[in-house]
Amino acid sequence: MSDLDPKDELITHLPALRAFALSLTRNRATADDMMQDTVLKAWTNMEKFQPGTNMRAWLFTILRNNFYTSRRKLNREVADVDNVFSESLSVKPDHDGRLQMHDFKRAFDQLPDEHREALILVGANGFSYEDAGKMCGVATGTIKSRVNRARNKLAEMLKLNDDEALELTDSATMAVVGNRGIPS
Amino acid sequence: MTSDKDPKEARIAEFIDQNLKSVFSELESDDMPSQIVDLLSVLRAQDKQGKETK
Repeated sequence: MSDLDPKDELITHLPALRAFALSLTRNRATADDMMQDTVLKAWTNMEKFQPGTNMRAWLFTILRNNFYTSRRKLNREVADVDNVFSESLSVKPDHDGRLQMHDFKRAFDQLPDEHREALILVGANGFSYEDAGKMCGVATGTIKSRVNRARNKLAEMLKLNDDEALELTDSATMAVVGNRGIPS
Repeated sequence: MTSDKDPKEARIAEFIDQNLKSVFSELESDDMPSQIVDLLSVLRAQDKQGKETK
C-alpha cells in the first residue's frame, strides 16, 4: 500500500496511463483526450478509490471504459488511427533489430482492440488474468483466450512459428531490447 | 504464467511479452502532453482554493 496521498500517487501513474491510452487508441490526439477525461474523473472522484487497492488498475479501468463508451457512441472502431506504434520508432541501434521491432509494432497495430488491450494488460503490465478480466468486465477465461489468440495472431504475422525465423528474430530483438532473459 | 505451455509456445509468448514491454516502456517515456500538465495545475489550484475557503 502506498504512503503517498492518492492524488500524488495518481501523478506517478500518468506515464503508464498515457502509454495505455496510446496503445488502445493508436492516435495521440484521441489518447490525450481520453487521458484528460480519465484524470479529471479520477481526481474528482478520488473518494471512490479504495486505499490499498491497485490505483493503476483503477485508472486503466476508467480510461478503457471511456474508450469503449466513445467507440460505441461512434458505432465504429476508432478510425482515425495514426499508427502511433509503428511510427513511434525512436532512437534505436541501426541494425537488423530496427526492422524487427518495426515489424512487431506494425503487427501489433493490426490486432483488434480487445486483443491489444488484453496483451498490454497481461503481457506488458504484468496484470494477472483475473485482474485483467475484472478491469475489462469479462471472465478470466475470456482474457486468457484473448491473450492466446493475440499471441497466436502475432506469431502468425511475424512467422514466429518458423524455428529459423524465431532464432533470427531473437538475435535481432536481443540487440534492441538488451539481454532481458529471452530463453535460448 | 506460461509454464503449462510447450517450450516453443512459451518461448514465443516470452518473445512477444518482451517486445511489448519494450514498446510500452518507449511510450511511457514520451513527454507528458501540455493539456494534461495544465489540467493538473488547474485541479491543484482548485483543491488549494477549496481548502482555503473552508
